Amino acid sequence: METTNIKKYTFKDFASNQEVRWCPGCDDYVILRSMQKALPEIGVKKEDVVFISGIGCSSRFPYYMDTYGMHGIHGRAPAIASGVKLANPSLSVWVITGDGDSMAIGGNHFIHVLRRNIDLNMILFNNEIYGLTKGQFSPTSLVGQKTKSSPYGNTQPPFHPGELAIGAQARFFARIGGNTPKEMTQIFIEAEKFNGTSLIEILQNCVIFNDGCYTKYTDKDIREDKQLFVEHGKPMIFGKNRDKGLMLNKLKLEVVAIGENGIEQEDLLVHNAKDEDPTLHQMLVRLEYPLVTGIIRSFDDVTLEEREDALTAEVKSKSNFVTTDDLFFSGETYQVY
Amino acid sequence: MIAEIKDTQPEALEAVVIRFVGDSGDGMQLTGTQFSDTSAMFGNDVSTFPNYPSEIRAPQGSLYGVSGFQVHIGSVEISTPGDDVDLLVAMNPAGLKTNLYAVKPGHTIIVDIDSFNKKNLEKAQYETNPLEDGSLENYRIIEVAISSLTKEALKDVEGLDNKSITRSKNMFALGMVYWMYHRSPEHTIDFFNKKFASKPHLIESNTKVLNAGFYFAETLELIPNSYTISPARMPAGTYRIISGNTATAWGLLAAAEKSGLELFLGSYPITPATDILHELVKHKHFGVKAFQAEDEIAGITSAIGASFAGDLAITTTSGPGLALKSEALGLAMMVELPLVVVNVQRGGPSTGLPTKTEQSDLMQAMYGRNGESPVIVIAASTPSNCFEFAFQAAKLALEHMTPVILLTDGYIANGSEPWKIKRVSEMPEIKNNKVTELKENWHPYDRDEHTLARNWAVPGTFGLEHRIGGLEKDKITGNVSHVPENHEFMTKIRAEKIERVQNYIPELTTEFADEGDLLVIGWGGTYGGLHSAVKELNKKGYSNIGFAHFNYINPLPKNTEDILGKFKKTVVCELNNGQFVNILRMNFNKYDFLQFNKIQGLPFGNTELVEKFKQLLN
Repeated sequence: METTNIKKYTFKDFASNQEVRWCPGCDDYVILRSMQKALPEIGVKKEDVVFISGIGCSSRFPYYMDTYGMHGIHGRAPAIASGVKLANPSLSVWVITGDGDSMAIGGNHFIHVLRRNIDLNMILFNNEIYGLTKGQFSPTSLVGQKTKSSPYGNTQPPFHPGELAIGAQARFFARIGGNTPKEMTQIFIEAEKFNGTSLIEILQNCVIFNDGCYTKYTDKDIREDKQLFVEHGKPMIFGKNRDKGLMLNKLKLEVVAIGENGIEQEDLLVHNAKDEDPTLHQMLVRLEYPLVTGIIRSFDDVTLEEREDALTAEVKSKSNFVTTDDLFFSGETYQVY
Repeated sequence: MIAEIKDTQPEALEAVVIRFVGDSGDGMQLTGTQFSDTSAMFGNDVSTFPNYPSEIRAPQGSLYGVSGFQVHIGSVEISTPGDDVDLLVAMNPAGLKTNLYAVKPGHTIIVDIDSFNKKNLEKAQYETNPLEDGSLENYRIIEVAISSLTKEALKDVEGLDNKSITRSKNMFALGMVYWMYHRSPEHTIDFFNKKFASKPHLIESNTKVLNAGFYFAETLELIPNSYTISPARMPAGTYRIISGNTATAWGLLAAAEKSGLELFLGSYPITPATDILHELVKHKHFGVKAFQAEDEIAGITSAIGASFAGDLAITTTSGPGLALKSEALGLAMMVELPLVVVNVQRGGPSTGLPTKTEQSDLMQAMYGRNGESPVIVIAASTPSNCFEFAFQAAKLALEHMTPVILLTDGYIANGSEPWKIKRVSEMPEIKNNKVTELKENWHPYDRDEHTLARNWAVPGTFGLEHRIGGLEKDKITGNVSHVPENHEFMTKIRAEKIERVQNYIPELTTEFADEGDLLVIGWGGTYGGLHSAVKELNKKGYSNIGFAHFNYINPLPKNTEDILGKFKKTVVCELNNGQFVNILRMNFNKYDFLQFNKIQGLPFGNTELVEKFKQLLN
């Protein structure tokens, strides 16, 4: 997409005239506002932006953005978005999905879009519950969780979105709390800059059906102690006093205290988001304490569009066919007089 | 070296039906294709019918592993692959057993005697050898040791393993048939030269075997005479042999070029539709974007995305795949985007008969969606007119902003016939409804006053940002609306949009008689069979039988009722349990519709049709 001569937008330019209808207090408002703030920073023309969603609370998102958008059908947004992007690679294409939409009914499309590495951005609103159908367990709900469809406790072990995504060859994975708009905006900007499929998991609180599901990580008072916000090239350090960090002990990540047992900041792991080998990224994704947020993986790779473009150029350069007439009259034809 | 045809005194025939049968690995499809291509180039009219098992390599010698290829060639108009076989070439006992029923008594069967051993006879469930027990008395049997003669012919060729030798025995049979029907092996030798350009030993071996078969037939006293079929009288022009699936793919290519749009195909492999995908993926030089998706649903939804972004979007499938696509098809209908869905019908329900033909997806195409969800449904009727109808499907989708389902079937998709090649300049114009700039008071659901098509504002266009989706929309702004009256209005306008397509499609025509005692009605891929049966009766003096064939199912042609009123009786012939007939009953309930249905995974046979029509006329 062209980045020159673009009108300087403000976040208001990206708000549609539709009244936002999420429940009061929902994190979705934070995500919407963060997106409306990120887009002017990205510097893409408004008419080149497309939001595609599936079904669920999150998937109403496109209606509230004054860009092109399609509210699709349950689970299929990654496939619709793939078609949009392949048809016109110059567009900035965003997929909006939830934990049910992307990992239950749409699980197949979710893994395949990541595997292909089409240059689009996928924002996964993970609230560990079905909200729009009023409170059933989702593929990310915890074992034992009591919901309307699991009154005695959920018996199905959950997916960890990042683990599934990296297993499906995701080149870009970020995770961020639903109550940290500044970092979220920055991650949206980085995701759009990234050439390939970017997946951003947002730990989104559902105030009605799963309120407080992330409190133990995201509460303002404790989050610095419970979350490790990783940045490429920087040591893995966390804590209100910046006194804790991560080290590798054999095949396990270990939380260490800086200054104890002779451990210095230099001994901590340094985050390499760009590593092709996803082993450490997987370990970071699965860690429960601290919960790792930020851009965990950002490995530059060839996109599907680039492979297709190169092949098309090669085929075109070797082909004698310019119009379909050339094809139809080629090979074995014969005359009737 | 090419075997030459010596000046013999062949018997002239008007038309002939030949069927090649053998194991699924015996190369019967190739043998049949070579014979039909050669005949077409000679100037005959041709129609072919491949019939193969759904297993790729079924156990050798088994009854269910028999693969066949039938070809009907003539100096007269040929509209079907024929039903009664004049010459059967059976490479093994199982092929003989499963195909004997089709051979006309007194006609010829060539068998590979080498394959009639104890093991193969047992596998074919023969208690005694049919070549010895007198059961084939009514046929002219030509016993040839095809396998051993093939080996003998190749004994001096270096670099051949046993498998390659065995696999070329089909060429011996083809050589014999070329001689019998006075055809030069030249075209097939050209084919070897191209196909095996990097493997000269295979060019040599196949050519040797083909010529050996040819000369063997010439010198064999068992073949009393050869036959000739003169070129058919067909309109002048450049022709090629084309299958329905290729014609479909090419019709779509032509539509993309004519409309000036890029073609996007979202598809998932399924028999018998996959060859359309195979064909379209080749054409990157035309900018074709063929996307093999992870499933049928992604096939259609990626196409919907591409359509939103401004491409000519296509998805191709067969029955079970259409079932999977139905929710997304509802979305495409709701957001009113152009989309072509090609459904190559096969025997159903469920997995059904994947390699056999049927017309049983009509109701699914018409109604297989939730809610009030009308789409255009059209059907191609011959292998070559798949080209026209694929083109037409794209034209209607783009001009009326709606999904169009194009129905073909396994019979016409895999069958082939001569196609008088069309230049894109000969095809009708295709308009589209794109808006390229912001106008005052613009809305995404503004409609064309004639067609009711909404306009097509494509991402990337300045000022036209808008949102669409599966939720009901306000009739003007396209914003989500749950207003009761608006929903009723939108439901009706979506229906009327499809009804108005009547104004843009040709009227129904009748063949052979405009009025009379019996009207034969068909739709889709049964055209050839029905046409030739009615033609035969007409030739025999029945001037009171007419034939009307439907290519447009939803909406029906405007004048349908006028035609129904001109005949005393009407019979609707379909390869299903009666689907189109019920659409006609629903629309024209003052008429009586008789039915003739066949649900065997096979096309109609000429004899059964002629007998049925005669019975109805008496």
